[in-house]
Amino acid sequence: MELTTVWFILIAVLWVGYLTLEGFDFGVGMLMAVMGRSETERRVLLNTIGPVWDGNEVWLIVAGGATFAAFPEWYATLFSGFYLPLFAILVALIVRAVGFEYRHKREGAAWKKGWDRAIMVGSFLPAFVWGVALSNIVRGVPIDADKEFVGTLLDLLNPYALLGGLVTLSVFLVHGAMFVSLKTVGDIRTRANALAVKAGLGAALLAVVFIFWTGMDQDQTAVWVLGALAALALVGGLLAAVAQRDGWAFTGTFLAIALVTVMLFTGLFPDVMPSSLDPAWNLTVENASSTDYTLTIMTWVAGLFTPIVLGYQAWSYWVFRKRIGTHHIPTETLAAS
Amino acid sequence: MEALEIARWQFGITTVYHFFFVPITIGLSFLVAGLQTAWFRTQDEKYLRLTKFFGKLFLINFAMGIVTGIVQEFQFGMNWSDYSRFVGDIFGAPLAIEGLLAFFLESTFLGLWIFGWEKLRPGVHLATIWIAAIGTVLSAYFILAANSFMQNPVGFTFNETLNRAELTDFWAVMTNPVVLVTFPHQITACFLVGGGFVAGVALWRLVRRSDDGHADTWRTAMRLGAVTLVISGLGVAITGDMQSKVMMDVQPMKMAAAEGLYEDEQPASFSILTVGTPDGKHELWSIKVPHLLSYLANGDFDSEVRGINSLQAEYEAKYGEGVKYSPNIPVTYWAFRWMIALGMAAAAAGAWLLWVTRKGRTLTHRRWAWLGVALPFLPLFGNSFGWIFTEMGRQPWLVFGMLPTAAGVSPGVSAGTVLTSLIGFTALYGVLAVIEVKLLLAYINKGLPDEAAPRHPDDVDDDTPLAFAY
Repeated sequence: MELTTVWFILIAVLWVGYLTLEGFDFGVGMLMAVMGRSETERRVLLNTIGPVWDGNEVWLIVAGGATFAAFPEWYATLFSGFYLPLFAILVALIVRAVGFEYRHKREGAAWKKGWDRAIMVGSFLPAFVWGVALSNIVRGVPIDADKEFVGTLLDLLNPYALLGGLVTLSVFLVHGAMFVSLKTVGDIRTRANALAVKAGLGAALLAVVFIFWTGMDQDQTAVWVLGALAALALVGGLLAAVAQRDGWAFTGTFLAIALVTVMLFTGLFPDVMPSSLDPAWNLTVENASSTDYTLTIMTWVAGLFTPIVLGYQAWSYWVFRKRIGTHHIPTETLAAS
Repeated sequence: MEALEIARWQFGITTVYHFFFVPITIGLSFLVAGLQTAWFRTQDEKYLRLTKFFGKLFLINFAMGIVTGIVQEFQFGMNWSDYSRFVGDIFGAPLAIEGLLAFFLESTFLGLWIFGWEKLRPGVHLATIWIAAIGTVLSAYFILAANSFMQNPVGFTFNETLNRAELTDFWAVMTNPVVLVTFPHQITACFLVGGGFVAGVALWRLVRRSDDGHADTWRTAMRLGAVTLVISGLGVAITGDMQSKVMMDVQPMKMAAAEGLYEDEQPASFSILTVGTPDGKHELWSIKVPHLLSYLANGDFDSEVRGINSLQAEYEAKYGEGVKYSPNIPVTYWAFRWMIALGMAAAAAGAWLLWVTRKGRTLTHRRWAWLGVALPFLPLFGNSFGWIFTEMGRQPWLVFGMLPTAAGVSPGVSAGTVLTSLIGFTALYGVLAVIEVKLLLAYINKGLPDEAAPRHPDDVDDDTPLAFAY
């Protein structure tokens, strides 16, 4: 296999990692708005993702770095072209992360409420914008012969991409609810489960339309197959949620997100960023890539270290595997480190 | 202003800001790991209290370090897309490797450390903070290797068809003479910040809150910080001296700019203070140390140091006429001096603290509180000036000798767009700085936690409250 193909796959894998993992912590962040009825409940929600959200976010940083290293032209066109959406995502990720870390560090209703808002907005916004951005990459945007994005912000707000944004938003919300249902006990688990089922129906509807649209656009068998599997996984997850099988329900949304991501990247290949102006100006795995020498070194590094990373991240999830409930939340917030 | 100017301001502001948190994180992670190790071995409660106290301050900083770091990675593509196209083949690899090797390590193991107090056995829990600390240093190496390529491009060839630099020798990039001296200089400078932070906070508590019943614990912490200051101060000086010799080889213009030296000079003196005409071109009055610049640059008190004018002539012949090949002299001149002065002041304060607290003596008088306030900032701002010097001193190049800064900016991004993000980030960073400093002060004011030793994970049943929760 060509090294450029290997790296295209690896970047897809990094996005799968990012969206499946940060997807649920975005979801939990959004659920603060609807599920946290008391301070203690909001803290239960936050603590389900407390030890892991930061590690989840690193998948994005590595995806960005790997794109820079393996496909510099893709990185350059994408990041300069999608400037304002990325700026919005950065601001959201900043206030959200600071919210996680600072919220509990002081008492006071106004302080906590302010950070709750930051966490909610900071979770809603990127959950939506990532969908818009990824859909646009696959759909194609105005790129000229010099590989420069020549469109405007409005070009990015087309119906397909907006639908894609709604899909990531709603699916991440359901994914978050499934996660809360898996990680908590008591009343909050019951409500998370109920919410996952209810919101899941809406999300599934949006996702199926999006998958169908993508299938029509891309017109490849593999895209149709992956899309169908993604839809099945989502529906399977919802059925498992109805049957109160939390682990399987979460696995369902996890697989659905992974499969939709793989579907999008499959539709994209061998382009990395098609031009809507002229197919001759498409950025492809060939004309956007680094040299074989760089890709070879990167392949060795990724081959050696990715399994180690997966190993210790999995261990970290294992350490924090126990469900938590309101009775686990210490009353003295500032006493612990 | 054009997009170029705004993009440069944005890079300057976001980078200097990000770099307030980086040295604190690197320095403190090791000091906290050291304190926890001391507790692990002696079971002396004061070390546990100090671990938790400085651990909290460390985490308040770390949060800011992560989020401002993501901006850095995105910024290359957003504002400097032509630069990214030009160097991606070389520059991207260390960045990606930094993420894979270091950021995963830091984030995952810090998560385990923060939330793992009663979930992991004490030895394993101790290991998590050490692994996270090692992650911070790994990260420093890769990003410095990437930066060193910009100062002194090595291990590459220029591809004319694609108009980009291409990697030919990864090992050469990772062992660039510039990174080999910059890495120890930067790491010792981070320890200078960590030492200044611990010593400063402990000193302030000791003289302003002497009645909190923990005077002995604060004295221990202050001496730990002071020892760190002295040792790392020595390290910073030695590695800085090595670095200036490498700089003389690969970026002589930067060295000339550091001194504001226009004409070749043999032997060259080092000016401690200069008052010149407003355009910076003529000197009116100065205090000089004879021969010192010759020594700094070449290790020989009588050697010649080249001046800006002769280097300008050489570069015009080499790279083309009509370009000013020297950086902004007042900025480089003063940044270089402030870097040295602040770093040396921090190390000297550490030595003084050790002296006045020798053999069981301690400090009690409130008049020293100001030193406690100043101590964290001396080496911190010294770091800022060091980076301002090194990055401004590289101008007008983005990649020395290859890519002018003006050629790296994103051609398709309008000035208004860059200005939007510049204003947005600056305003957000300003607000967050106020919040973070207030939070740090609140925790410093609160003092040592009243901590019982954490329970062994085997003694914790499923229904007890978590040892730590958000």
